[in-house]
Amino acid sequence: MENKVKREGAVIFSDYTRGDAVKKAVSIGREDVLFELKESKLRGRGGAGFPTSIKWMLTAAAKSDKKYVICNADEGEPGTFKDRVLLLEYPELVFEGMVVGGYAIGAKEGIVYLRGEYEYMLKSLQDYLEEMRKDNLLGKDILGKKGFDFDIIIRLGSGAYVCGEETALIESLEGHRGEARNRPPFPVNTGLNGKPTTVNNVETFASVAHIVTKGGAWYSQHGTDKSTGSKLFSVSGDCKKPGVYELPWGTTINELLKIVEAENTKAVQVGGASGLCVPKAQFDRQLGYEDLGTGGSIMVFNESRDMLHVLKNFMEFFVEESCGQCTPCRIGNVKLLEGVEMIEKGEYTFNYINKLKELGETMRISSKCGLGQSSPNPFISILENFKEEIFNNGKGGK
Amino acid sequence: MKENKETRAPESQKGHTIEKPKSSEGIGSMVSIEINGNKFSVPLGTTILEACKQNQIHIPTLCHHDDLCIAGVCRVCLVEVEGMRTLQASCAYSITHSLKIHTTSPQVRRARRHVIDLLLSEHYGECYSCVRNNNCELQSLAKEYGVDKFTFGHVSEPLFEEDNSSYSVIRDMNKCVLCKRCVRTCIDLQEVGVLESINRGHETRIGTFLDKPLADVICINCGQCINRCPTGALKANDPSDEIWQAIDDPTKHVVIQTAPSPRAAIGEEFELGPGHSLTGQMNTALRRIGFNKVFDTNFTADLTIMEEGTELIIRLYKALVEGEKQIALPQFTSCSPGWVKYIEHFYPEYLDHVSSAKSPQQMFGALIKTWYAQKEGIDPANIVSVALMPCAAKKYECNRPEMVDSGYKDVDYGLTTRELAQMIKESGIYLPEMEKTHFDDPFGDASGAGLIFGATGGVMEAALRTIIELVTGVKVENVFENMNIVPVRGFEGIRYAELPIEKVGPVPEILKPLVPNWDWLKGATLKVAIAHGTANAKKIMEDIKAGGKFSECHFIEFMACPGGCLGGGGQPIPTSQEIRAKRAEAIYNEDASLPIRKSHENKHVLDLYNDFLTDGPCGHISHKLLHTHYTPRGKYIA
Repeated sequence: MENKVKREGAVIFSDYTRGDAVKKAVSIGREDVLFELKESKLRGRGGAGFPTSIKWMLTAAAKSDKKYVICNADEGEPGTFKDRVLLLEYPELVFEGMVVGGYAIGAKEGIVYLRGEYEYMLKSLQDYLEEMRKDNLLGKDILGKKGFDFDIIIRLGSGAYVCGEETALIESLEGHRGEARNRPPFPVNTGLNGKPTTVNNVETFASVAHIVTKGGAWYSQHGTDKSTGSKLFSVSGDCKKPGVYELPWGTTINELLKIVEAENTKAVQVGGASGLCVPKAQFDRQLGYEDLGTGGSIMVFNESRDMLHVLKNFMEFFVEESCGQCTPCRIGNVKLLEGVEMIEKGEYTFNYINKLKELGETMRISSKCGLGQSSPNPFISILENFKEEIFNNGKGGK
Repeated sequence: MKENKETRAPESQKGHTIEKPKSSEGIGSMVSIEINGNKFSVPLGTTILEACKQNQIHIPTLCHHDDLCIAGVCRVCLVEVEGMRTLQASCAYSITHSLKIHTTSPQVRRARRHVIDLLLSEHYGECYSCVRNNNCELQSLAKEYGVDKFTFGHVSEPLFEEDNSSYSVIRDMNKCVLCKRCVRTCIDLQEVGVLESINRGHETRIGTFLDKPLADVICINCGQCINRCPTGALKANDPSDEIWQAIDDPTKHVVIQTAPSPRAAIGEEFELGPGHSLTGQMNTALRRIGFNKVFDTNFTADLTIMEEGTELIIRLYKALVEGEKQIALPQFTSCSPGWVKYIEHFYPEYLDHVSSAKSPQQMFGALIKTWYAQKEGIDPANIVSVALMPCAAKKYECNRPEMVDSGYKDVDYGLTTRELAQMIKESGIYLPEMEKTHFDDPFGDASGAGLIFGATGGVMEAALRTIIELVTGVKVENVFENMNIVPVRGFEGIRYAELPIEKVGPVPEILKPLVPNWDWLKGATLKVAIAHGTANAKKIMEDIKAGGKFSECHFIEFMACPGGCLGGGGQPIPTSQEIRAKRAEAIYNEDASLPIRKSHENKHVLDLYNDFLTDGPCGHISHKLLHTHYTPRGKYIA
């Protein structure tokens, strides 16, 4: 599979030699690792944007005989493929980020939860881990540091989107159905096997490797004030150059569209199926936690696309991928999809569509996990931002 | 990673339980919270739901059940916690710091209404044709939230076929709201693990292994899932139509035996609170309905004590005096058909430990169509024998192919407390106002020992009352105040007791053919244990397997259902620890009021041995009619 890295930016793809991060971590000590992380203002790259240093500090502070570092490589958000690139081409960044994590929080076991469809890279990743063991970047007394033991195993997912949600991922690792847990308690206290666990995205660990090596201050000079560093974007859809781009946070959609050579763009879906659909009139919006926070999926739609069809596609996805445990997500998504089909056939009332929008608002605040809380996003944003196209199609509605 | 994978039932989501703070500073400390603007102080770790309940603030629930671990899936109990972006499931949120909570804000009310509307949109069926009409939590929620239309539509066709393969439990997934109470009951409470969610997303539903019919999986028929189902998705297999038919048929002689637990709970079906015994009233009602004779299952409970107790003495004598190494000890009780099926599936290698004595229901069945039929001059072919039981598994038990020792199906129908209440209502009878009458002869009124079979520990207490007297010659009431053997009572999941036998008396006449004297028991210590709920049974079985303390017991009482029979799968819904405790109280109070409280003093039982079972307990005749064998089933499903 071709990886199509289209732009290498100044952060993730900056120079790095295997072993740098672990060496540095061991030399500065765990407090300083956490300090640099805090300085970097790194936020989780999976999409939710939780400050990584807080997550690590909480896990470090939790008292337990056992702790875990989990790398969430269940890259399942439609339209995202940047973790694949990191794992295949820069495994040192990801794995060393995990080793540093283990060092900082006091965990001895790391687990990569690898998307089932990425099974083809399992062998090469395992070979790479073996090399790291030979170099004492994994194993016992890493780089001569007494008592610093850490190793990484890889576990394969089985194709459920919800397992990208960290507590569902943990359930899956424990051998249960992939279903989100109640939070609180959070994994930093009660995670895998009930032990304190930090779960981070592939790109987060890769960023950590650079931060530890080059310093938090270096990292935070990139990007914007609230969105430091850079971001990998997986760009797909109607553009000449789809692929993975490293861009500084703060880039506007207009700028991005220019870089990827998109023409006649009507809409950009930021953040995958569960993200927001941005219409042309808002293309000056910035990618970043201040405005459009995202895990990095960018889908470009040009004028030829039927936005109702786009929406239907997303809703079908959620109806199938809801784990099915909580009511708002399990049934709510079906009702939203039925609403889309009503509009398609012209058999709807505005009154009912508005009721569905209200239902969507409820789903956002009442679903048990991030899946159901974000699944109404495309319904709400596409119907709002493209109402002209969708409702004035001559098909009617009352 | 997991130990004992072979014997384990599947595990449900441990992460769904709430961990209370364990740190020393947490214990006993209180947190002040604000609910709807009012200040309260609650212990650290209390859930928001508990905190509200303690302070008389009602929060609707659906997936929550006091007996079960937390799920937080239905999202009916949502509340607003200030500072949090999303609403929180109050059942699953434990309070660890000061919070401001709103339980009826506009967005909370709207969210709850949405959840109810969504559930109703997929809940097929009409209330008036449902067994749970007027006792359905979904119906109550709809009423509480003033639902007057189906906002998001309503499913018009059934999507699933009803699974009525089981003699005991019927599953109608069209009515399922996926609260997973049955799953948590089956996996966590009972550790059987027959039910689990299958498929994903909108296709999610509760299924069995490979989606096989319930009759073909390792269901133990305990029916605990029925008692905790909020809707009519799970119900017992109801034989009342057939029973009515028999009653209406003048050629049939319809008799009913009634177990001890239904009488202590049936009042709940008539708006009495739990804890009212309606024994005499029920006898009258049953005759008014048209049953020809009303018998007391406690009679055969007394008989069970004689048979099972004798069996234990034989086992002990063979093992201790004759030195036979093959004798299986401890002996396990056999009266709970859920437990019997459980051990057949999960520990078939221990079946020789199970007493061969039939359950009281099946003993009675065998006697009615033999001794009673002869005595009354009735052709047993014309007898229809009904058993009123608190139990779903009894329906399966009476349909076991081996239960035909009378030459006929020994018991024709197992009827639950709920189903009888329905028959009584249908007959226009208000049960609590019936006059009290006695049971019919020739079995008459039984002993209090038989009655307490209904509560966990009851079989053990009944057995001990008899064993102590027969072996030591000392009156039980001189050893235990008021004859109440308190060490074996209570609701601890597993209980253990030791009774030293300091002196022995003469061997009573009835046991003389079996043992020459009791000298071999002098100075011995009788070790007994009790477990209720199969999850607790499993703990004991694993301990025995590992050669632990319970492997040294002599006699262990196992009941499949939490609380014993009084918490059975055929009892009134709802159930809770509080309700079960009240039922137990009713049973123990009734026992205390009876003139005869020891099985071996039941005159009718002694008559039976004189008249019919002439070669005594565990003799040839009783072996033919009152004892059975078990089937090693294992967990492998064809």
